[in-house]
Amino acid sequence: MTAQPTDIATYNFAYLDEQTKRMIRRAILKGIAIPGYQVPFASREMPMPYGWGTGGVQVTASIIGPDDVLKVIDQGADDTTNAVSIRAFFKKVANVAVTTETAKATIIQTRHRIPEHPLTSGQVLVYQVPIPEPLRFLEPRETETRKMHALEEYGLMHVKLYEDIARHGRIATTYAYPVKVEGRYVMDPSPTPKFDNPKMHRSPALQLFGAGREKRIYALPPFTDVVSLDFEDHPFEVQTFDQPCALCAAENVYLDEVILDDHGGHMFVCSDTDHCEKRREQGHRGRLAPETPLALEKTEPAQ
Amino acid sequence: MTDEPLLRVSALSKFYGSRVGCENVTFGLWPGEVLAVVGESGSGKTTLLNCLSTRLLPSSGAASYRMRDGQFRELYRMSEAERRFLMRTDWGFVHQNPADGLRMTVSAGANVGERLMAVGDRHYGKIRATAVDWLSRVEIDEDRIDDEPRAFSGGMRQRLQIARNLVTGPRLVFMDEPTGGLDVSVQARLLDLLRGLVTDLGLAAVVVTHDLAVARLLSQRMMVMKDGRVVESGLTDRVLDDPRAPYTQLLVSSILQV
Repeated sequence: MTAQPTDIATYNFAYLDEQTKRMIRRAILKGIAIPGYQVPFASREMPMPYGWGTGGVQVTASIIGPDDVLKVIDQGADDTTNAVSIRAFFKKVANVAVTTETAKATIIQTRHRIPEHPLTSGQVLVYQVPIPEPLRFLEPRETETRKMHALEEYGLMHVKLYEDIARHGRIATTYAYPVKVEGRYVMDPSPTPKFDNPKMHRSPALQLFGAGREKRIYALPPFTDVVSLDFEDHPFEVQTFDQPCALCAAENVYLDEVILDDHGGHMFVCSDTDHCEKRREQGHRGRLAPETPLALEKTEPAQ
Repeated sequence: MTDEPLLRVSALSKFYGSRVGCENVTFGLWPGEVLAVVGESGSGKTTLLNCLSTRLLPSSGAASYRMRDGQFRELYRMSEAERRFLMRTDWGFVHQNPADGLRMTVSAGANVGERLMAVGDRHYGKIRATAVDWLSRVEIDEDRIDDEPRAFSGGMRQRLQIARNLVTGPRLVFMDEPTGGLDVSVQARLLDLLRGLVTDLGLAAVVVTHDLAVARLLSQRMMVMKDGRVVESGLTDRVLDDPRAPYTQLLVSSILQV
């Protein structure tokens, strides 16, 4: 399926060649078959630097079809450089429809957030992962960490949490919070805030993780048990915020701090821009919401 | 002591290519017994210790260990998962250099607690209480519990390593030159501590040392090795006071008298 009717004929559909996509799909299938297990794959050079989502882009390129609707978020936002560039990339090389609306997307590529809007069956969430190995900073030898995964030796993971409590009086890990998948593999949920960990548990959507530089793919099939590690006397807790979103007044969502001026003025707003805009459209108004409604980006169909 | 040994070793050999690591070593170790393995460097003591602790696989021979259920298990036929489980529950390994046996970048408390967490302990308060208890047993102040071993002196590191190994109540401990590199007064305190712990806990231990004084203080029985072979074995006092093999006589007469 090389020749497309438009001017994208210089690329194969979705940039990667078909053999590469097959190889990546095999890794994805293996990952789905063994939830939480890191499957090595032959990561390709992508037209972007490592650390900008080369793993996620390869996974997306391998699963995307002409009828898919793609949403890309970067720290929850649809309008930041990374998100805009990757969306534009797939618009160009795959000619697919893109959207900022969570509910309308079939594939959501994400850098470090899970959308606030609940995901549904049939959706695929693709994570960009910088460091897939949760034991990396505790045990630098990859030969040893793979053995530890194989033998289910995860005592070391709790050593990290112990250190947190000993130093800070509580588990101070706030992102990349380790989880146990289906009672077997300990997995790094990528640097999502631990606020999002409960959303991974038994999610109806398929979740795929791609680490381009580290050449690993792992996956959570729908309705997989994902349990955050903790101690009996220091149970897992998510972040709470003592004020609602300054723009849409949402509570129980993940907020970002935004600096407003040079005099210490700041506000907390939804990290998920789509969720925030939807709520403002519905008339929810926060403390600092502007009087006139914003011009919002809508779904753009394929050309 | 019971009739059955804890560890049975028969005709154990390890070759590095055509070189001999250790050859044809046979002995039994009973519960609560401390066996010293002495000899000069290069005599195969450490190779033997690494084979016994399954850190190395021997070229030939067998070793079986009596598990807590009383059944003997052939060490080199166990799966790696079983061996590693044994290593962190029923066994201990004290390295000559504490940096090899400790995690230098996590606190003393976490070093002691790691084995507990590895066997499934998930209560922070209890883990910490056990760590405090063990630190006091090896004479480390409670207020050092959150310090990293990097901030500890050599003697303290060695005691921390001992606490880390003993926290799961092992029955057999391997020690490789536990007092190596420490000055004599620190050595004396460490030996005193080890002797107390071994007696209190009824530990069996295999201690590799080139220091005959350490062997005399700690062990009931000893084996003298030379060029990978055991040249003499027997009760420690007998071997040291009445050495029979020419090499043992040389070794004993080489001790510096102060």
